[in-house]
Amino acid sequence: MFDEVSLTALAVVFGMSIVTYATKAGGFWALDRIDPSESVREALDVLPGGIIVAILTVRLLDGGPTEWTAGIAVVLVAYRTENVLLAMAAGVGTLLIVRWGRTGIV
Amino acid sequence: MTQTDAEPLGRSSGSGEASTETESEALEFSRDGIRSGFVTCAPVALGVGGYGLVFGVLAREAGLSVMTAVAMSATVLAGAAQLIAVGLWDWPIPAVAVVGTTLVVNLRYLLMGASLRPWFTRLPSRQAYTSLFFMADENWALTIQDLRAGNGRGAFLLGSGLAIWVFWVVATAIGAVAGGRIGNPETYGLDFVLTAIFLALLVGFWDGRTSLAPWVAAAVVAVAVETVLPGRWYILAGGLAASLTEVTRNVR
Repeated sequence: MFDEVSLTALAVVFGMSIVTYATKAGGFWALDRIDPSESVREALDVLPGGIIVAILTVRLLDGGPTEWTAGIAVVLVAYRTENVLLAMAAGVGTLLIVRWGRTGIV
Repeated sequence: MTQTDAEPLGRSSGSGEASTETESEALEFSRDGIRSGFVTCAPVALGVGGYGLVFGVLAREAGLSVMTAVAMSATVLAGAAQLIAVGLWDWPIPAVAVVGTTLVVNLRYLLMGASLRPWFTRLPSRQAYTSLFFMADENWALTIQDLRAGNGRGAFLLGSGLAIWVFWVVATAIGAVAGGRIGNPETYGLDFVLTAIFLALLVGFWDGRTSLAPWVAAAVVAVAVETVLPGRWYILAGGLAASLTEVTRNVR
């Protein structure tokens, strides 16, 4: 089990964990050392929304009408209830119904 | 259990004034904060577990041992990077390509970690840097939301991250051992869970019309970069586009 080959694999995993932690801690570390200006703060303030928009746009474009319908359900429920988990459940539920309906017809 | 701990989106405490308010707010790192983070994130972590199953199965198919797959999930804790690494896995292992791609795919964490600065800079560094190990896309978003709501729970990232970690590692082990006997995760809608969470969180981040310009910039740049560059560069580019848009608008 602990032969040379599997030790190589574990070494690669170790390398992956080092670079990953460097990215997770690095951004915080760098900004902890320099006092950011007002515009840097504004920039950081819109970052979370911007990153999520970027992820979502690509994900939703990769998806199809089924994902878009479920996405609308998520937004409506999130807007009305302000509850992330409820909105998630509504979205997944809608997705399954639409998917099931489509396979049912075909 | 969850209905008391699952926080509403708190749209009223929008980003604008919250960042200045929080400077004076108390921030504590307590066992209770860990617990709240864990409980709030547990249903999300269940969805992450769905991906963990898929990862475990794919890792075995790529030739990783059960131990290697579980070790990767436990120490790397970055779903997208792990899935891409498994896609690159070969014999002999292309170590430079695997580690280098991991770094590039994870560059977005630089920005996510930086966005925690207004709060985490007030924590003892051991607590801050331990928590950052457990930062993943899902619990980072939940944590930003909790901190902006002004709950002052500095241990929320750690607690929510532990929930992700437990489900991710256990699901990886189950997937790796069970192999091909697991059905398609699409049957249970697990493929849409992450999209749904991000959409719901985005509704909470909406700060009126001021959000429109940076978000449109993020969307346009993300799509453009995604068609030109492989990997996850579009996430980094979209986030930066939103920031630049905001800064240039306020300069004028």
